[in-house]
Order: sequence, then structure tokens, then C-alpha cells
Amino acid sequence: MRDTPPETLKIEMRGVKKRFGRNRVLRGVNLTVRRAESLVIIGGSGTGKSVTIKTILGLIPPDKGEIRVDGDDVSKLRGKARERLLDKFGMLFQGGALFDSLTVWENVAFRLRHGTGKLPRPEARDVAIEKLRRVGLTAETADLYPAELSGGMQKRVGLARAICTEPEIIFFDEPTTGLDPIMADVINDLIRELVSELGATAVTITHDMRSVRRIADSVAMIHEGVIQWTGPVAEIDSTDNPYVHQFVNGLPEGPIAAIR
Amino acid sequence: MAILSLVHGFVASLGATVIWLCQATGSVSLFAVSGVSHIFAPPWYPSEFGRQLMRIGFFSLPVIGMTALFTGGALALQIFAGSSRFNAESFVPSIVAIGMTRELGPVLGGLMVAGRVSSSIAAELGTMRVTEQIDALTTLSTNPMKYLVAPRLLAATIALPLLAFVGDIIGIMGAYLVGVFRLDFNGATYISTTWDFLETGDIASGLIKAAVFGFIIALMGCYQGFHSGRGAQGVGFATINAVVTAFILILGSNYILTEILFPA
Repeated sequence: MRDTPPETLKIEMRGVKKRFGRNRVLRGVNLTVRRAESLVIIGGSGTGKSVTIKTILGLIPPDKGEIRVDGDDVSKLRGKARERLLDKFGMLFQGGALFDSLTVWENVAFRLRHGTGKLPRPEARDVAIEKLRRVGLTAETADLYPAELSGGMQKRVGLARAICTEPEIIFFDEPTTGLDPIMADVINDLIRELVSELGATAVTITHDMRSVRRIADSVAMIHEGVIQWTGPVAEIDSTDNPYVHQFVNGLPEGPIAAIR
Repeated sequence: MAILSLVHGFVASLGATVIWLCQATGSVSLFAVSGVSHIFAPPWYPSEFGRQLMRIGFFSLPVIGMTALFTGGALALQIFAGSSRFNAESFVPSIVAIGMTRELGPVLGGLMVAGRVSSSIAAELGTMRVTEQIDALTTLSTNPMKYLVAPRLLAATIALPLLAFVGDIIGIMGAYLVGVFRLDFNGATYISTTWDFLETGDIASGLIKAAVFGFIIALMGCYQGFHSGRGAQGVGFATINAVVTAFILILGSNYILTEILFPA
């Protein structure tokens, strides 16, 4: 583990545990994310990647452990302080999670229309169209409803919504799943750009090794509810950690059982 | 021994049911208190409220109108048949009016709207829960209780008395049509007897009932939708539970309200 001065730590998780019934999803997660860093969490399906992110956001309360964002213990924040915390975050959900009663641009501009500094409709619409352009969607899609879009387009609208107010911390849950390879790279580059140019802190969940190499500064490997390895992206090919080795190379044999 | 274990199993399941019932009651009550508190605290979402008022109120008008029309007509026939045994046919208009305004208008209207609105709210919010739209609201710094639940609770509580009032009028009109064209009442006499014997309290009590029913309808739809299980099946169960619990709570609270408003 590298030594990190505490003021550059954006997110800190210590011994976070969560169980659903008899299923122990998180069994003591320790994870730190530095300011303006792009961390990618890799791991098989059902190993607790999404739950990890949702505990940071407070969508799923952890059973045990401590989570700090900018030094504040998130479980102790209530009311206004919690709203201010959530204002720092943007989140792209795995399935998009677009509001199907609102049009595409109303989805993207949701925070602009409802948040603290409310924008009038025409201005919010202009901002939304600009964000849609950044994820490779034209202005014609703005007045459609989410149900009228393909899965990949919905994903990109979800991405535009997550980055619309340029939040400090952005979570991407499988941002490139369901996209064609060209569009996947557009999205990868966009995430990279958000971190490098706007100084956002990004946490991405993915199975796609091509995304990992294009997005990540550092990588965390999760398996069986525990972070098995963290390190800079350059080391994922050279590390002797058996989990990372098996996952990165897609090997059927190794500590991760192929049949569960 | 076999009997003992049978008794043991029976008592255990009885206890489990009682505990479950207490938990559910507590959970619904907390949800209701939270929902109501969000009605009174900003930020408000007036466009959401307007949309729900249209959906719960305006678009329920046809259902309410049909229900009231046929119920009023049938009520007139029944009361005529009953009162003719005592040669008291002249009471038909006023008894129909009292029955409609105090009881049948709000209760049948409430049940019809529960079938229509509780189910649709539960299915909508349940789908939003399952597709993570409710979580997405939170991540966009919007409290789902405020944005989704509070407008629906308020809209239904306001819409139902209005619907019940319309139902009262249409119900009495249905009875008037049957009275005049089937039972040979004089039209003018029918209306004047209805009017002379009807008291403000009759109408007001019905509207108070309707407001409570409206709250129950939205509350059960929202609560069940919010706590929907996973997948299509989860949403299906949430919808059933919303309608069934809304029906039972409407009928139960109707008795209690009647006791309070018209103590014997």
C-alpha cells in the first residue's frame, strides 16, 4: 500500500460488511479512492461490486464498518448535510434507471430543474442537449421518451444525466456493457476526460478489460466480498496475485471457481 | 406427543402472524408519518402534484359517474320496494339522498378509485423500485418521499372528496331517473323532497370519509410500490397487496368514521 496524505483521500471504506439474509455479500471491504483518481473495480458477477458503490451512496446501509467521503462519516449525516453530500455524486446505473415518465432531456437536466440552483426550462434544455452531444447523441433524441430508445442509447442518456452537473465524484456501473466497440471507446475516452480535465474522481465497475486499460489509474479486484488486490493499472499484467492474473487473462483455472 | 407438537405449531404460527401484523402496522404508520411530514416541508413539486391530481381525480370521473348512476338507480328501486310495505313511498327521495351522500357515494367511489389508483400507483412505483429509478432519484439529490409519495398523498386526499361530491349528485340523479320514469314520481316533488330533508351534515360527513379514503388509497399504493419485491413477480404482488389492503382499510375505517360522525 502506498502512503497517501489524508487530505487527498476522497473516499475511504474500512471493514464494510453487508449481508442479505444468509448471503454475505460484503465481508469486510477496505478501499480508498484518492482525489481526481480513476479507480476501476473488477470482479466476477455477484461478488459485491454494485453493493460496494451503493453503500458509499447510502442507498444500502452497511451492517458494519465505516465509510468516509471527504473525511465525513456518511452514516452520521442527516438532512441538509446528507443533501450536500449527495450533491457531490453522480451515478450511472447498470440498467440506466431513466425516469420513464420524463423525456430524454428532462432526464438529463433533472438536477438542473430540481436541484439547489434551479435553471429555467429553455436554459436547462440547452445544457442537456450539449451533454447529450458529448455522449454521442443528437438533439433529435432530446424530446423522445426513454422507452423509444435502444438499450445502448438509454445507457448513454444515463451517462449524460450522471455527468450533467459536473459532480466531484462519479460512479459508473458497467458504462460500456451493451454498447458497440466504437461507442464503448467514445465512452471510455469521455470518462478519462472527466478525470484528467475536470478533475473528477471516478469509480467504475466493469468486466471489460479494454475499458480497464483505457479508464483506470488504479484497479481494485473484488472477490467473495473482499478486495483481494489494489494497485496501479500498469501492474495488472505483472502482479503475481492469482485472482487478478486469472481475471485479466480470462483463465478457466485458478482461485476463482468458474462454476458457482 | 403428536398433539403437543401440533398445538405448539399452531401457537407458533399464531404468534408469528401477530408479530408480522404489528411490524407491518408500525412500518406503514412510519411511512405515513414521513409522507405527511414531506407534504408540509419544502421543496414542493407543484407540477408533480398537478399531474397526480389529473390522474387520480379527473380521469376517475367516468368510473365514479357510472358507479354512482347505477347505484343510485338500484337504491331507489330497493327503498321503494321496502318502503311500500309501510305505505311510506314518499320517503324514497330523502332516504336515497341520505344513503348516497353518507355511505354509498364515498364508500363505493372509494373502492372503485382504490381499484383503479392504488393498483396503478403500486405498479408504477414498484417498477421504479425494481428498475432502480427510486435509487436514481436519491443520487440526483431528490428525496423520493418528497417527489413521489407526498404529491400522490395530497392529490388523492383532495381529489376523493371532489369525486364523492360529483358522485353524490350523479347518484341522486340516477335515483331521480328511476323514480320518475319507473316508479311514477312527480319530477318536481322528487327534487323538492330530496332537497328539503337533506342536511349539510349528511354531505359533509361523506366528504370527510372520502378524504380519509383518498389518503388510504394513495398510502397503500405508495407503500406497497416502495417495498416491492424484485422482478415482474414482485411488482405483481405489490399491486395485489395495494388493492387488497386499501379495500380492507377503507371498509374498516368507514365503520370507525361512521361511529365517530353518527354516534348512536
